[in-house]
Amino acid sequence: MYIVGELINASRKSIGEAIKAKDVMAVQKIAKAQEEAGADYIDVNAGIFVGKEPEYLKWLVKTVQEAVDLPCTLDSPDPKAIEAALDVHKGTPMINSISLEKERYDGLMPILIGSDLKVVALCMSDEGMPETMDDRMKIADFLVNALVKNGVKTENIFVDPLVQPLSVNNSFGMEFINTVEKIHSTFKDIHTICGLSNISYGLPNRQFLNQTFMSMAISKGLDGAIMNPLDKRMMASIIAAEALAGHDRYCMKFLKAHRKGIFII
Amino acid sequence: MNTDEYLNKIIESVIDQDEAMVGKSVEEALNADIDPMVIINDGLTESLKKVGDLFAEEILFLPELIGCGEIVTNVMKKIEDKLKGDDSITKKGLMLIATVKGDVHDIGKNLVVLLMGASGYDVVDLGKDVPANTIVEKINELNPDIVALSALLSTTMPGQKNTIQAIEEAGIRKKIKIMVGGAPVTRAWAEEIGADGYAEDASTAVVEADRIMGIS
Repeated sequence: MYIVGELINASRKSIGEAIKAKDVMAVQKIAKAQEEAGADYIDVNAGIFVGKEPEYLKWLVKTVQEAVDLPCTLDSPDPKAIEAALDVHKGTPMINSISLEKERYDGLMPILIGSDLKVVALCMSDEGMPETMDDRMKIADFLVNALVKNGVKTENIFVDPLVQPLSVNNSFGMEFINTVEKIHSTFKDIHTICGLSNISYGLPNRQFLNQTFMSMAISKGLDGAIMNPLDKRMMASIIAAEALAGHDRYCMKFLKAHRKGIFII
Repeated sequence: MNTDEYLNKIIESVIDQDEAMVGKSVEEALNADIDPMVIINDGLTESLKKVGDLFAEEILFLPELIGCGEIVTNVMKKIEDKLKGDDSITKKGLMLIATVKGDVHDIGKNLVVLLMGASGYDVVDLGKDVPANTIVEKINELNPDIVALSALLSTTMPGQKNTIQAIEEAGIRKKIKIMVGGAPVTRAWAEEIGADGYAEDASTAVVEADRIMGIS
């Protein structure tokens, strides 16, 4: 399971302020905490700073990678911001995200062509948000084929089928889950990823819905999550779900986590 | 039963999401010769205000807000059909609503459409990713009282500003009230770009629309 730590996002108030003040300590502290909690990538987002996003994103990458030994997820639709961040990034980052929205697609594809970059392919287009599995598969098919044709390896693509809130339509949960399954059966070696908490928007007891939904998705092949790795219950239930889904040989990770006290919450 | 009792029964059955009972209570109130506008304003619309309060207190949740909105919409339509041609039904005003250019998110906007419609407004929904010039054209064509602009992303919020500018340049800003909303939108932003109103969510959008229209 690829865990992308989502906490360094400028739309969160404390982070926005830390970025503006170029508060190295504050940003590095959150990066380290996410690394220790098991993140594989550190997402960096400076999206609220119109006009200054390239400068700030570059600063975030440098600051984060001084503190942790992890690649970043460069979270921006703006090719200028991505290019600025790529200038200083060590290792292979993940681009978050390309989609079928024309401006985003045209802007980011040239950066991805023939590269080894990891990329999130978000199932969204100018037509709007997909509701059914078929809507999602149409976009996924187009994006994956276009990326592969442009020399991006399938194993570097993380399709995000787009989670929509259950509170608005009670089929949105299963449409997502079925898409995850379909993507893995259609494209060999591909990954799926999502920001999952949107499923419980507008409902109480969100952690129960989020955890259960994560387990359901993992059972159908979901192998990436953009999430708060400091959420101990979620991290523990991911480990349990991975073992149950047969992705954990001899239940080794589950048992290691047991000995590390991960399940004492 | 007196008028208040009839109205309370309507309000309670909306909160219970018992559509059959809402229909029956409205029927009873009409048979008791209660003014249809009183039934609409002090019964159905009032019930949604109560639902909105309970939603704000996290006693009711989003699916219930949507459910209540749909029930009231259905019942309201039945009353209107029944009283067609009768000039005793008046609307609070016409709202034109759109998600601004560059933004294809419409869940929140659709909720506003549902609750405004259920609260006595006529609503024309222009959809999502709507360019400023289309909005200007529609204002000229439809003469709305309120124009509501939604943006879900910090990157598309400037679309609200651009739309207001386009409306100003077209010389029709004074004819209408403008409201803005969407997850990243704040009252400070609304004031900065010269909007008349701002709402945090769909149920407060109704309260805010009433406020800027001068309806208590």
